[in-house]
Amino acid sequence: MVEHADTAAVRTVRLQTAQALVGRWTARVVIFVVGGLFLGWIAFKGAENPRLFLTVGLNAFTLAGLYFVVASGFTLIFGLMRVVNMAHGSFFLLGGYISLQFTRELGWPWPAALAVSCAWVALFGLFIQQAFLRWTQGQELRQALITIAISIILADQMLREFGGTAVDPGRPAILDYQVPLHFFGVSYAFPRFFILFMAVGVGLALYFWLRHTRMGMVIRAGVDDRQMVSALGINIQLVFAIAFMVGSALAAFAGFLYGFTGSYLPGVDTAFLLNSLIVVIIGGMGSLGGAAIGALLLAVVDSFSDVYLIFGDTNWTNYSILLTFLLLVFVLAVRPLGLFGRPS
Amino acid sequence: MRARGIGAFVASLVVLALCPLFVGDFFLSALLTQAIWLGLVALSLVFLAGFGGMVSLAQVGLFGVAGFTYANLVLADGGVETAWNPWPAAIVALIVATAVGLVLGAVASRSTGIYFLMITLAFGVIIQFFFEKVNQLSGFGGVNGIDRPDIVSAPRTDPDNIYYISLVVALVVFLLVKYVTRTPFGVALQGVRDDPMRMRALGYNVELHRIAAFGFAAFVAGVAGILFVWWSTRIDPGNVNIGAILDALVVAVIGGLFRLEGAWVGAIAFVVLDNYTRDLGFVGPQFNTLIGLVFLVIVLLSPGGLLGIWAIVRDYVRRRAGGGSAGGPPAPAEPSIAEPGTS
Repeated sequence: MVEHADTAAVRTVRLQTAQALVGRWTARVVIFVVGGLFLGWIAFKGAENPRLFLTVGLNAFTLAGLYFVVASGFTLIFGLMRVVNMAHGSFFLLGGYISLQFTRELGWPWPAALAVSCAWVALFGLFIQQAFLRWTQGQELRQALITIAISIILADQMLREFGGTAVDPGRPAILDYQVPLHFFGVSYAFPRFFILFMAVGVGLALYFWLRHTRMGMVIRAGVDDRQMVSALGINIQLVFAIAFMVGSALAAFAGFLYGFTGSYLPGVDTAFLLNSLIVVIIGGMGSLGGAAIGALLLAVVDSFSDVYLIFGDTNWTNYSILLTFLLLVFVLAVRPLGLFGRPS
Repeated sequence: MRARGIGAFVASLVVLALCPLFVGDFFLSALLTQAIWLGLVALSLVFLAGFGGMVSLAQVGLFGVAGFTYANLVLADGGVETAWNPWPAAIVALIVATAVGLVLGAVASRSTGIYFLMITLAFGVIIQFFFEKVNQLSGFGGVNGIDRPDIVSAPRTDPDNIYYISLVVALVVFLLVKYVTRTPFGVALQGVRDDPMRMRALGYNVELHRIAAFGFAAFVAGVAGILFVWWSTRIDPGNVNIGAILDALVVAVIGGLFRLEGAWVGAIAFVVLDNYTRDLGFVGPQFNTLIGLVFLVIVLLSPGGLLGIWAIVRDYVRRRAGGGSAGGPPAPAEPSIAEPGTS
């Protein structure tokens, strides 16, 4: 009797495992087919017009750089404190506006303005963290709602302070030139390369900080087991505060970089909050490498679909946002926690 | 307690039904009717949050899906050139919204807690960008002069009809949601909210329950979307942008994320603040700062929203009056805002 029941149960389990396997493999096949079609289409169109392809490809990589800088701050804060900072987009725009104030109104050189705006936003982030988030630790949803409230207030105050019209900050004169690439006669704007360099620099610096310094060690330990770290006599609150400041400063930094290619106006905060969300949902919350991969995927889909969704006479570029959605859907279908996500 | 609750419910219904007799057209249209459809959007959020443990920010997007679908199907300026009869158009719009909700729910169903919040926010903003960019369906200018059933008449000059229609529809949907929460499905959904692991072990399909709940909530949000286009006769992507998404969240949180009635308490508080604080000198055009501050205070002080504050005050008064021991059964504990779906 018992043996019989066991075999039935075992059979059910086997069946379920097989079903799960089939499901997983169908998902993988679908992803490879869709991804392959997308890449094939890009390659096909790319061969038609290599100059355009090269420019769009470079756009994708430099955009990925910007996405990475924004999302790295977001994912750093989440990874350590499990705080979803819904005001991250507001910090991004605030950083941009502040650096613009210093360069335009006070005539400061841009590196100084950048440093001040990063410091200002970092301190503001510290205030938010200490005043609202420190004593609500562990209540993830409540913290998300708190940061949403802050983003509403910030968006409105920025509208009051800086107006609702688009402000183009322009590019620093020293960076503003074209780089000849010697491929198909393409030359490319240096400020965009600069964004990419900065993103790589931020990525390497964060990697070194997290992997090869004592504090990085504490942060990584804190990600795994917060209580144990504080039980070992480490002041985890100090680590939280510093990480929150760094994450906020990264948002401000990205806001400054964004000014090279775009204008500041209300709505940019939302757009970049959405970008950060998608990047970390794809890459996995709290993972730096995931943020890099996610940023690259999102930027490739964004850049190429804006140009290459034209089939003969039918222009589908209006629907490019749906491809972003599909990207999200496919990643979540295979890995609900993102490509590099780990369960908490 | 229960009898008193029903009494209060009936009394407020009677007051609402008599409202058109003694309030002005502006108050009726800009406050009460708006509060009704806004509350209906919030209701779909409260249903998901309170009974499914899913705080969804996609509800306004689904509201928009229904609204835009309806606007494109009937006679209107902008959008696709079709001229359906409003009634089948409304039904198709509800079906489309529910179907989109089921698809989104299927994508998000394996996530919980803040992951769910983030994914649904991404959905909501993607829906906004979609309608903003696709000129064939809407574009920046939106769809104007949307045709309505004859019974709605002209909401601007004759606000009574749309008010009564909204009131009746909202009442029916509210009772439907209330009923659904008591069906075996609703009870299982609450089980999924409290302990998905145990429900799975008991043989329930956790994801399927979440998806079905999401689809049902999409239907509720869709009804609100139809009422909205009847009321405003126009819709544009600004109606489903991040501001609108957050407004719905604010309404739900102000009212109390875990009580269905709270949706309308929050909605009325919201429209009153919206309409009467702009004249105050210190608020002026900075209405959003005020609403953000109110939202912040509510989240910090009373996770149960205004209804939570009311419950605290009521219990306090009862304790003082009844000497502590004489009071009725102890009030149910307000669920903590951090509780659902932190797996």
